Amino acid sequence: MSYSPKVVDHYENPRNIGSLDKKDPAVGTGVVGAPECGDVMKLQIKINKNTNVIEDAKFKTFGCGSAIASSSLATEWLKGKTVDEAMKIKNTDIVEELALPPIKIHCSVLAEDAIRAAISDFQKKQSAGGESKS
Amino acid sequence: MKAVYLDNHATTPMDPRVFETMKPYFIEEFGNAASRNHQFGWRAEKAVELARKQIASLIGCTDKEIIFTSGATESDNMAILGVAEMYAEKGNHIITTNIEHKAILDSCKVAEKRGFNVTYLSVNKFGQITVDDIRKAITDKTILISIMFANNEIGSINPIGEIGALAKEKGIIFHTDAVQALGRIPVDVENMKVDLLSISGHKIYGPKGVGALYVRKKNPRVKVSPLIHGGGHERGMRSGTLNVPGIVGLGRACELARTELVQDAEKQKHLRDRLQKRLFEALDEIYLNGHPSERLPNNLNISFAFVEGESLMMGIKDIAVSSGSACTTASLEPSYVLRAIGVGEDLAHTSIRFGLGRFTTQEEIDFTADQVIKTVKRLREMSPLYEMAKEGVDIKSVNWAAHH
Repeated sequence: MSYSPKVVDHYENPRNIGSLDKKDPAVGTGVVGAPECGDVMKLQIKINKNTNVIEDAKFKTFGCGSAIASSSLATEWLKGKTVDEAMKIKNTDIVEELALPPIKIHCSVLAEDAIRAAISDFQKKQSAGGESKS
Repeated sequence: MKAVYLDNHATTPMDPRVFETMKPYFIEEFGNAASRNHQFGWRAEKAVELARKQIASLIGCTDKEIIFTSGATESDNMAILGVAEMYAEKGNHIITTNIEHKAILDSCKVAEKRGFNVTYLSVNKFGQITVDDIRKAITDKTILISIMFANNEIGSINPIGEIGALAKEKGIIFHTDAVQALGRIPVDVENMKVDLLSISGHKIYGPKGVGALYVRKKNPRVKVSPLIHGGGHERGMRSGTLNVPGIVGLGRACELARTELVQDAEKQKHLRDRLQKRLFEALDEIYLNGHPSERLPNNLNISFAFVEGESLMMGIKDIAVSSGSACTTASLEPSYVLRAIGVGEDLAHTSIRFGLGRFTTQEEIDFTADQVIKTVKRLREMSPLYEMAKEGVDIKSVNWAAHH
C-alpha cells in the first residue's frame, strides 16, 4: 500500500506528541482502540473553562501510519476550537484531508472516537467537580 | 544506501547465472519439448531433461520423478487433491497442520467439500509438529500426510525424516511443501522417505511461474490424478506445453542451490545472527517468534512490543520486510501462523519478518539494525502502550473497548 504525502508528513513529523496531566480538571483524556486490534490512540485536550476553547492537544498512538496521521491531524485541528466546534469534527473530514484509502477508514473513525472520548472525560470531570462543590 | 531487500521468503531476485542460462530459450531455442519430429523440439526436450536431472540431484531422486508445474501453489493443489481423488477408495482422511501455506489449507478445504475429513494438527509454541502428534491422528482411513518442511513466516523446521519413517511404517503417502527449505537446508527424499514434494522456482533465485512436484515412482509407486487435462504431458499427470525457459531456469537454480547450499546457509546464518544480536542488545521488550535454533538460516521473526508492524515498516521504508500485522493485509486479521504458536494478537501486530538471501551483505544488515533500532525507539516514544507499560500498567488487564 502506498501512502498519501500528507500521511507520510504526519508520520514523519507528528504534531503534538506527548502527554498532559490526566489528573488536571481542565484536561480531558480519551483512550480508544485495543492492542489486539492493532491500534490504540490516546488523545488529550486542555480546555479554558472560561472560554470553552481548547488551548492544548496532545496524542500518543500505537497503530499504523494512517492511525498516527489521523490522530496527529486531530490534535492540529482541535487547538483553538471550542468544545462545540470540536464535536463537529467528523471522521470523513479526516479521510478527505489525508486521502485515506477505504481499508484505513477505521483509523479516522478511531480519531473521531478519541476526540469525543476526551471531551466526554473533560465534561464528566466538570460535572463531578460541580457536584463536589455543592 | 540503495533499498535493502530482506523479504526473501516472499520471492528472491533471480540469480544472473540463471538468467543467462534461460536467455537462449526465449528466441533461438523456442521449440516445443513435445515436438518429437524435428530438431527444434529435440533441443527443447534435451534442455528440459537436463533441468529434470538438476532438480533430481538437489533432492536425491531420479529425473523421471519430477513433474513440472506452474509453481508451488499448483504443486500443493496437485498433491492434496490429486492424491485425494486417486486414493479415495482407500480412505478419506488427510492429516496436515494449522500453519501450512494457504495453498495447502485451501486445497484441504476443497477436499473437505468433496467429502474428505481433514485433521489440522496444532503445532507447539515453536511452530513445529511432533511425530507423536501425527501418530495419534492416524486412522485406518488416513491416505495422506502433508506437513511443510519449514514455515514461511517463522522459519521453524519440522522433523521431516521422522515423519517420513512413520508414514512409511503405516503405508500412508507423505507430502511435504519444501518451498522455503530448498536451497537453505539439506533435502533428501530418499533418506527422509518423502513421497511427494513441492518446489518453487522463484524462491530459489529462479524464475516465477514455474515449479515442480516430486512424485515417487518406486517403493511405493505414487499416483496423482491430474488437475489439468489435455495432451498427456508429464506422464499424464500434468498436461500443457512445457514452459521451457522457465524449466531451464528452475534447473539451473536447483544446480546452484545444490552446489552453493553450504556457503549460502553459513553466510546467511552468520548475518542473521548478527542482526538478531544487535537488535536484542539495543532494544528491550522484543521477542523472537519461532524456534531459537531449529529454524531456517535466513529467517528472523521478531515482535517489537508496543510498536505496530506497519508503522515500523513505514519508518524503515528503504528496507523491504514483511509483518504479521493485520494492517498489511486485506483481511485485517493478524498472522494465523503467529496466533497458532500462541503469540497474542497484540504481539502479532508488532511482528516483523526478516528474510535474508544469497545477495544480502553485512553492510545491509548493519544498516537494517541501525534503522530498526532508531525507528522502534522513536515509535515507542509516541506509543501510549509503551508509556503505560513504563508506568507499571499491565496492558492485558486493561478493559479495552474493542472496535472495527
